[in-house]
Amino acid sequence: MVGQILFIFIAVVTLLMALGVVVARNLFHAALFLVGVFFGVATLFILLEAEFLAMAQIVIYIGAIATLIVFAIMLSRGMMGKHLGKYNKQWYFAGGAMIFFFGLVSWLLVKMPFAPVSAEAPADAIQQIGSGFVGHYVVPFEVASVLLLVALVGAIMLARERNS
Amino acid sequence: MTVPLSWYLIFATALFSLGFFGVLSRRNAVAVLMGVELMLNAVNVNLVAFWRYLTPTDLSGQIFVVFVFTVAAAEAAVGLALMISIYRTRKTINVEEINALKH
Amino acid sequence: MDLRAFGEAFIAMLENIGIPEGWVLLINWILGALILLVVALLLAIFLIWFERKVAGRVQDRLGPNRVGPWGLIQPFADALKLLTKEAITPDNADRITYNLAPVIAVFHIIMLFAVIPFADKVVGANINVGVLYLMAFGALGAMAMLMAGWSSRNKYALLGGFRVVAQLLSYEIPVGLAMLVVVLLSGTMNLNGIAQGQGGLFGLGWYVLALPAVFVMYFVAALAEGERAPFDLLEAESEIVAGYNIEYSAMKFAWFYLAFFLNTWVLSAVAVTLFFGGWQGPGAAQFPILGVIYFFIKVFIMFFVFAWVRATFPRLRIDQMMSFCWKVLVPMGLALFLSVAVVLKLGLPDVATWALLFVANIVILVVTLKLLGNYTSDLSRTQNKRLFAPELPRL
Repeated sequence: MVGQILFIFIAVVTLLMALGVVVARNLFHAALFLVGVFFGVATLFILLEAEFLAMAQIVIYIGAIATLIVFAIMLSRGMMGKHLGKYNKQWYFAGGAMIFFFGLVSWLLVKMPFAPVSAEAPADAIQQIGSGFVGHYVVPFEVASVLLLVALVGAIMLARERNS
Repeated sequence: MTVPLSWYLIFATALFSLGFFGVLSRRNAVAVLMGVELMLNAVNVNLVAFWRYLTPTDLSGQIFVVFVFTVAAAEAAVGLALMISIYRTRKTINVEEINALKH
Repeated sequence: MDLRAFGEAFIAMLENIGIPEGWVLLINWILGALILLVVALLLAIFLIWFERKVAGRVQDRLGPNRVGPWGLIQPFADALKLLTKEAITPDNADRITYNLAPVIAVFHIIMLFAVIPFADKVVGANINVGVLYLMAFGALGAMAMLMAGWSSRNKYALLGGFRVVAQLLSYEIPVGLAMLVVVLLSGTMNLNGIAQGQGGLFGLGWYVLALPAVFVMYFVAALAEGERAPFDLLEAESEIVAGYNIEYSAMKFAWFYLAFFLNTWVLSAVAVTLFFGGWQGPGAAQFPILGVIYFFIKVFIMFFVFAWVRATFPRLRIDQMMSFCWKVLVPMGLALFLSVAVVLKLGLPDVATWALLFVANIVILVVTLKLLGNYTSDLSRTQNKRLFAPELPRL
């Protein structure tokens, strides 16, 4: 019961924040709402007993991605795009399609018979994730690290001013 | 475990829809990027919820979330670098005006 | 005498009154949070006095000495003064963001108090991902300062905001690497577990004995994370007139001030927990109350060193600050991490492992200092930078 109330509260707040991200006219506010969404999702991870992911979510999404977005917005004022309209011409079509999509998928999800397993989450989840990375999932892990390296170099190359 | 699995999935669907709406309808490229981040977060919620409810002993769900984190970080870094680069040459960040292959 | 007995007795008392179990847990949590909050705020007031006194003594002054014995009541007087001042919100400021920023600045640090072990098992939340939690909520600080810098609509505040991101994000990497090395050695991310792992040699088997270079790296990076001199250039008065908090006055400014001191204290507490055994000490395992005393003594010694450094060193330039992080601390941290990983993989007995770690640390530290010395002694490299036009970080 307490869990349900907590879930509804977190979910509603997070969704309102997400709505804020897509409707806020001021891009900086949208970025702050985005931080709120990341935080809400992290608390949901804690409800799901995935503490490691909750903390990783805060470190990576709020500490790195959101800060990067805010930084980019602050660096170039023109990127705020105040003179642009908020939405493009297809926004009502997109809105309708998304409401239809949400309704359809929710209906399917309610109809779908899932068979939850009522097992405890493993106590040594962090150790298992760690050994998973260097064991069964070692190739994707290495590929991911190469991806990050390529992104790092690529981002520097792209954003560098060439004529200086 | 009093919360049914479908609640988490519906929440993730709503988050995904909002993100997708942002991607489809916003003019500002940074806002589009934020929409993509919302969608990735929705996917993460789904992965973790499925892990917790269907296969709690097999941690593949959590491991995949970490890969999504990596991809999201790389995407944000390259995406923002691209936008700054485009803004510098084109003086606009409106995705509707960025339609030429050269400047 | 077990500190935990108090808590258990309290829970038993609540249950005897007839409060349902779920509510007892909730009451317990709220009370724990309130105790931590009160401790944190009282501590901050004492820390302000402590730091001013240390700075005064270092600079051959007396420091605060008018209000109360040894000036102890001075911070209360200052707080009262700030409370009675007018809280200004600039006309153009983005109101909600502007007022939210100081709240987040304090809140994220008080959140950090939750995982610090004050004695064996006397922890607000004994979570398995304690070290990651420190990283996560430490990172929120940059967000608060960005919000303050942007919402003030002041170009100095904005410049301060840029410097915050550049500095805090860069120095998070050495801090993270240092924490990672300790996690590698202790085999747990639980901060209480890390403290427990340093119980050898009658409670003096601290990790700093095996990892002195890692501690030095953590300490230098912590100076930058805590925005303290010589890395306080994100509020450099002479360059950007106090930076991100320029438009803040009265209590709103006091909150940033509070956050600054609490942040330093938490950084000292983390340093003590990771490298100086936390609550460990002779006899701490038998008498938990000794653990609390040891912990606070150690943290205040560490805080004293922070204050001492602040009162002694001049400020760095921003290009020096950035290149020091990326060209010195990060490579050094990676080398240390690699050396520790290799040594631990050898699977030697404990004494041999620690001796080898110590040797590897000293070698890396000496090599780093030697390279750094050669670099800075080459005056042609350090002097042809423009002295009074520090470059803004560019993306």
